[in-house]
Amino acid sequence: MQKENKIIKWLLITLCAVFLTVMLILPLIYVVTTAFRDGVSAFLKAVGDKYAVKSILLTLKVTVITVIVNTFFGIFAAWTITKYRFKGKKIISALIDLPLTISPVIAGLIFLLTFGRNSFLYPYLTKMGIKIIFAVPGIVLATIFVTFPFISREIIPVMTAAGTDEEEAAALMGAGFFKIFTQVTLPHIKWALLYGIVLCSARAMGEFGAVSVISGHLRGKTNTMPLHIEVTYQAFDFTGAFAMSSILVVMALIILITRNILEYYGKKSEEESVKDE
Amino acid sequence: MSEKKESYVELKNVNKSFGGFEASKDININIKKGHLVALLGPSGSGKTTILKMLAGLENADSGDIYIAGTRVNDVKPKDRGIGLVFQSYALFRYKTVYENIAFGLKIEKRDKNYIKKRVNELIELVGLKGMEKRYPRQLSGGQRQRVAFARAIATQPQLLLLDEPFAAIDTKVRKELRGWLRELINEVGITSIVVTHDQEEALELADEIILTNHGKVEQTGTPSDIYNNPKTPFAAAFLGDNSVIENISEFKGFEGIPGKAVIRPEFVNVYAQDESIEHAASVDDAVVSKVVFKGNIIELKLNIKGSEITAYRNVGQKQVIQGENVKVFIRKVFEIDDTKASSRENSIYSGNDSIVI
Amino acid sequence: MRFTRKNKSVIPGFGLSFGITMAILGFIVIIPLCSLVVYSSKMSFAGFIETVTKPRMLASYRVSFTTAFYASFVNLVMGTVLAWVLVRYDFPFKRFMDGIIELPFALPTAVAGIALTHLTVSDGWVGRLFAHFGIKIAYTRLGITTALIFIGIPFVVRSVQPVLEKIDKEYEQAAQMLGASGAQTFFKVILPEIVPSLVAGFTMAFARCLGEYGSVVFIAGNTPYETEITPLLIMSKLQEYDYASATSIALVMLVAAFLILLINAVIQSRSSKIISGIG
Repeated sequence: MQKENKIIKWLLITLCAVFLTVMLILPLIYVVTTAFRDGVSAFLKAVGDKYAVKSILLTLKVTVITVIVNTFFGIFAAWTITKYRFKGKKIISALIDLPLTISPVIAGLIFLLTFGRNSFLYPYLTKMGIKIIFAVPGIVLATIFVTFPFISREIIPVMTAAGTDEEEAAALMGAGFFKIFTQVTLPHIKWALLYGIVLCSARAMGEFGAVSVISGHLRGKTNTMPLHIEVTYQAFDFTGAFAMSSILVVMALIILITRNILEYYGKKSEEESVKDE
Repeated sequence: MSEKKESYVELKNVNKSFGGFEASKDININIKKGHLVALLGPSGSGKTTILKMLAGLENADSGDIYIAGTRVNDVKPKDRGIGLVFQSYALFRYKTVYENIAFGLKIEKRDKNYIKKRVNELIELVGLKGMEKRYPRQLSGGQRQRVAFARAIATQPQLLLLDEPFAAIDTKVRKELRGWLRELINEVGITSIVVTHDQEEALELADEIILTNHGKVEQTGTPSDIYNNPKTPFAAAFLGDNSVIENISEFKGFEGIPGKAVIRPEFVNVYAQDESIEHAASVDDAVVSKVVFKGNIIELKLNIKGSEITAYRNVGQKQVIQGENVKVFIRKVFEIDDTKASSRENSIYSGNDSIVI
Repeated sequence: MRFTRKNKSVIPGFGLSFGITMAILGFIVIIPLCSLVVYSSKMSFAGFIETVTKPRMLASYRVSFTTAFYASFVNLVMGTVLAWVLVRYDFPFKRFMDGIIELPFALPTAVAGIALTHLTVSDGWVGRLFAHFGIKIAYTRLGITTALIFIGIPFVVRSVQPVLEKIDKEYEQAAQMLGASGAQTFFKVILPEIVPSLVAGFTMAFARCLGEYGSVVFIAGNTPYETEITPLLIMSKLQEYDYASATSIALVMLVAAFLILLINAVIQSRSSKIISGIG
């Protein structure tokens, strides 16, 4: 019986190891080796290319804006949902989570319909000289949409578990919204919030479908890193495509490591608060 | 009425309902300055709702609430001058003992030196010296309660509210803390209201008990008054460890009393067969159906005229066993009907009722 | 008003936080989705039906559904095994194995797409092995399935893992004491416990795979009727500025996604009723 269990154990572990190696690790290795296939100088040349640099900067910009907006939104949404009782709460929660179930391509499409040529807003926008579609604002909007629930989803469970007693106690002592949030609530949700920010950045950086629909693929203007990869790849510039990809691979690994560290701290602080009870 | 003048906290014709559920029905309460009052009742009786309305956590649908002569219905909770000790204590988990107690003072933007002095004073008062830097999770239940208490009175509120302050503490520490809290409230001299479902707690702790049931105030009075002279069937049945008798007129000494009655164990004398009986003419026969050893006392379940009642015997007395025939003398009962309760003594006492408590 | 507060709370900031929440939610989610509804309400129903039932559309639904289903199924099995291994066994590099599960969330899908394509073409590192047996991966439905397996890995693992962690070892030991074999214990005792989380993980993965675009376009080959997925069709309609067709197909996909989630919600509420004993 014991022996049989041991055989099964190592069989299953091996199966998992092979599966993850082939599906996850091999692609990573492949990207990095291909990026340096033609030597370091070729890699540097590909990454230092004018359009490549512009796409990196654009991706950075989009990611930062997206994370700021979604953090701001996530905090207020989580606060509204967990700290008050009101009708329609379920509808709001469902609407916040909705983008998770919508294909990125459709996410792009709805912004195209809202701000594009067919929209009733279009004449006003052009009159005011605001360009959203095939421009950076559109990319930002689509990215915000795709990553919309990432932060609120992480902090809502933590805030629900913490309850409202501490906030009520602080409010009774006369503390205002800002004081309560920074002094009482924020320490609870710190790790979950950072965790959400990391997830949000990862997805924002790598979003392809939604951005692809709305960007118009203007080289040097509206191409993000993933779009730059597509363009170079389709031009059979594999070194260029994989060089850019390798930067994103490194970013992904950093994100994964940060994620694991944050998860560790989050669990630790959760365990400590459980001891509290 | 001089009593009215003195009232410090007052609820006048207060009503509150949640959806269709009436949590408070025409509540009238007067609380004197400096008193410790217990709001006692089973869960769902509306006692917590009263507390919440006082604190401003809930709004009364109608009626007036006064604290220190001011109508506070429309005063914001934080401006009511109330200290609240939450059932869960609601200590700030990420703040130390010192920071917890100092929080309210910091919000009031008090002078730094004053805060330091006041917090240290409070820490000394609640006996937590040396634990200033600890976090709530590093404290025992009793210590947490002390912090919650110190935090609640730090800003010198005019009224202290305590919501089931001992619910989260184990029985042994609970008794100790009860005495501590009573003393401390006396020392600080703050008007306090304790919500509790534990009658023992209310009886021991409070100057005055407000008994609630189904959203109404059943009876108000001193602990001994409430315990010894229940005015409603609920009050008679809720306090003490009671047996309800359907037809009291069948019992010796209570002939002619119609309807139901409540019997407390301490009203019952149990005599074993060979023991001398004080009022031999007024005893009933009973059979011991169960004997429970409770340490300092023996609890008996007695079968008497088709009803079961509870009685006590002292450990020092001769032991009775299950199935034994005993004689029972009932000194007193609370006669109850649908709306009121009244104390009835055994008719043997008629003329000299001085023995009764 | 729909959104009225049942009860005033002492915690300040309701107006502010509710206002900010609704404003951003409105601008990012509600208005854009409404414009989809408005736009599609202008189309005629007959036209809509005609568009979404063209043979090429039907073929794309079939490709999308079958590949998403196979991929989610593989992840259902592998996800269960992975969760089991990670919860029950100790072995070197376990932390690493656990930590890398989320890679598909962290790695941009386009990067995954081109890497998987190059690995699985017939002279790629992996494709070569399969080519021996005459199996082609890249530019076939098998390739699409591979990319979707990659995308869906974390879903089942992460939904089953916490449930498995909660199942008491004593519970299993009790079953074994009663004479159940290892396999019996798993299928009769553990499996019923994790079924709701399996369903949840499977449906989430399935919904995600149906909508996936980035990783698939590179590996699919995108041959009409053969390896063309539905999101790609939306994309190509958009590139032709045929917004009406794109919107019609999008509606079909949205309905499909909501149906999947609805099925999941029904199953979840049923099983939670069984567990809590309400029946």
